[in-house]
Amino acid sequence: MLGEGIVKGMLETAKNFAGSFVSEERLTTVEYPEQRIPTAENARVFPFLVYDGPEWEAGLRCVACQICEKECPPKCIYIEKSKDKKPDFVGKMQVYPTRFDIDVSVCMSCQICVEVCPFEAIKMDTEFELATDNRFGGLLLDRHELARSNEYYHGIHPTEATEVDARLAEEKAKVEAKAKAAAEAAAAKAAAAEAAAIAAPKPDAPATGGD
Amino acid sequence: MAQTPISVTLDQIFVLLRDWLVHFLPAALRPFAGVVLGVVAIAAVFPGLFALTTVFERKGLGRMQNRLGPNRVGPFGFFQPIADGIKSLTKEDIVPTNADAVVHFLAPLVLVVAVFMGFAVLPVGRNMVLVDMDAGLLFFFAMGASTELSIFMAGWSSRNKYSILGAMRAIAQMISYEVPLLLSSVTVVMIAGSLSLTKIVEAQNQYTGIFPHWYVFTPWGLASFLMFAIAATAETNRSPFDLPEGESELVSGYFTEYSGFKFALFFLGEYLGMFSISGLGATLFLGGWSAPLSFLGFVPSWIWFFAKVMTAIFIFIWMRGTLPRLRQDQLMNFAWKFVLPFSLLNLMVTALWRFMDGGWLRWVVCSAILLGAYLLMARTGMHRKHFGPRSYRYAE
Repeated sequence: MLGEGIVKGMLETAKNFAGSFVSEERLTTVEYPEQRIPTAENARVFPFLVYDGPEWEAGLRCVACQICEKECPPKCIYIEKSKDKKPDFVGKMQVYPTRFDIDVSVCMSCQICVEVCPFEAIKMDTEFELATDNRFGGLLLDRHELARSNEYYHGIHPTEATEVDARLAEEKAKVEAKAKAAAEAAAAKAAAAEAAAIAAPKPDAPATGGD
Repeated sequence: MAQTPISVTLDQIFVLLRDWLVHFLPAALRPFAGVVLGVVAIAAVFPGLFALTTVFERKGLGRMQNRLGPNRVGPFGFFQPIADGIKSLTKEDIVPTNADAVVHFLAPLVLVVAVFMGFAVLPVGRNMVLVDMDAGLLFFFAMGASTELSIFMAGWSSRNKYSILGAMRAIAQMISYEVPLLLSSVTVVMIAGSLSLTKIVEAQNQYTGIFPHWYVFTPWGLASFLMFAIAATAETNRSPFDLPEGESELVSGYFTEYSGFKFALFFLGEYLGMFSISGLGATLFLGGWSAPLSFLGFVPSWIWFFAKVMTAIFIFIWMRGTLPRLRQDQLMNFAWKFVLPFSLLNLMVTALWRFMDGGWLRWVVCSAILLGAYLLMARTGMHRKHFGPRSYRYAE
C-alpha cells in the first residue's frame, strides 16, 4: 500500500525520539572530554622509551644501537651516541643515547621501530591527546619526553609487558648463569691450578721421597 | 480599556502596542509608521524563530538518531545559533574568479527579499496582517515563485558544475510541484469564495459544538492538505525532496560556491520559506489563528498561529529524520503521475462538495471518490513501479 512504509518509518523515528528521553541506554555516544572509554590494549599511537627503576636517565633501556633510526620508514627518529658507557640491565657496559628525538608529526605509527629493537627499549604509547600550539618544537619529543617507566608500560599493555619482563628476566638469568658458570669454571680452573700448585709439590715429595 | 477583558487585551497586545507607539507621531506619518513597525516586527520575529529552529532541528534530529545533538554552547546547547552566527559572519566571503559577480551577489538577497514579501499577507493573528490584500493568496504565490529565479541566479552565476546541476534540479522540481501546490490551494478558494487570506481564516473560525470548521476536517480538505504538504516540502527543498542541495552528491547544490554571510542568507531564506509555507498551510487548512476547540478562544490568536507553524516545522524535521532522498526520476514521476492527477481529481470533488446539499451524503460520496482514487492510483502506480520501492537493474 502506498504510504504505508512512510508511516512505519515515521513511527520508528518517533519511537527513537521519545525513547532517547527515557532510556539512557539508547544514547550510545560517549561525551568525550568528560567521559572516556579505556583504550584497547592493542591500541598504539606513537613510540616511547622504556626505563627501569626510579631514575629515567639511568634506567633507559636504549643502548643507542640506531637500528630503529635506520629502519624508520619516514625517518622521524634522531639518535646521538654517548662517548662514555654505562651498565645495562644485565650489568654489561653499553653506550647510551645522549639525544633521542622523535618527530611525532612525521611518525606514521607503523611500529617497525618496536619490532626491530633487540633491547625491548622502544614501545608504542596509547596517549593520543598531543595537541599543541607549537607545531614544530611541540611535536618534536626529546628523550625526556619520550621516557616512560616500565610500570607505565605495564599499565597500558599488561600482557605484552609481562611477556617482555619474562623474556628479559630469562635473558638476565641466562647471562647470570653463564657468568656464574664462567666464574665457576674460572674458580674451578683457579682451584685446579691452585690444587695443582699445591699438589705439584705433593707428588713431588713422594716422588722425591719415592725416588 | 477597563471594560475589555484581559484575554482580548492580550490577543490584541501587539496591535495596541503599535497604535500606542504610532500616536506620538503627527497624524500624516501614522499609517507609514505603522507599516514600518509591522515590517520591523516580521523582520525580527521570523529570523529569531529561524535561529531557534536550527538548534531544535539539530537536537530533534539527534534524538531521532539516538544522539544528544548540540549540547556544548550554553545550557543544553541552546546558544548554538549565536556561535553559528558569529562563525558565518566572520568567515571569508569567497567569490569564484569566473563567477558573474553581480548576479552572484544578488542571488541570496533576491531570495531573502522574495521570501520576506510572502509574510506581508499572512495573518499571524486577529487583526495582525501587514497588508490585508484582496488577492493575498495570489500575491503569496507570485512571491513564492520568484524564489526560483534567485536559485537559478545562484546556480548560473557560480560557474560551477555542481551549482548548475543543483539549480537545474531545483527549477525542474519547483516548477513541477508549483502546479499541485496551486491546485490544492485553489480548492480552498473555491469553498471560501475569496483570495483574501483573512477572509479564508474568518470562514474557518466557526464552531459546531466545540469543533472548528477547519477545512482539513473535510474529505476534500484533508486530500488538499496532504497534497499541499507534499508540494510544500518539495517547494522548500526539504528532505525527502532535497535533491537540489543534496550534500552527498552535489556538495549543497546551487549554493556550493557561497560562503560566510551569503551562505547564511541562503540558509535563512530556506527556513523562512518553510515558515511562510507552513503559515500558509495553517491559514488555508488549519484555521490560521483560530483556536482548535471553541472553549480555547481565550488564548491569544497569535499563539495559535505560531503553535501551528511550529508543529508543521516539527513535522518537516520529523520527515527529514525519517525519509531518504528520492531519485530524480522518482521525484518527477511522483509529481506528474500521482500528485498532479490527484489534485485535479480533488478539484472536481471540491466542486461536487460545493454544489451538493449539506448533509451526510456529500461526506460519503466525496470520501468514497477520493479513497477509491487513492487506492486505484496507488495500486497501479506500485504495480508499474512508477513510485514505490527502488529496483536495481544491475546491482543484483
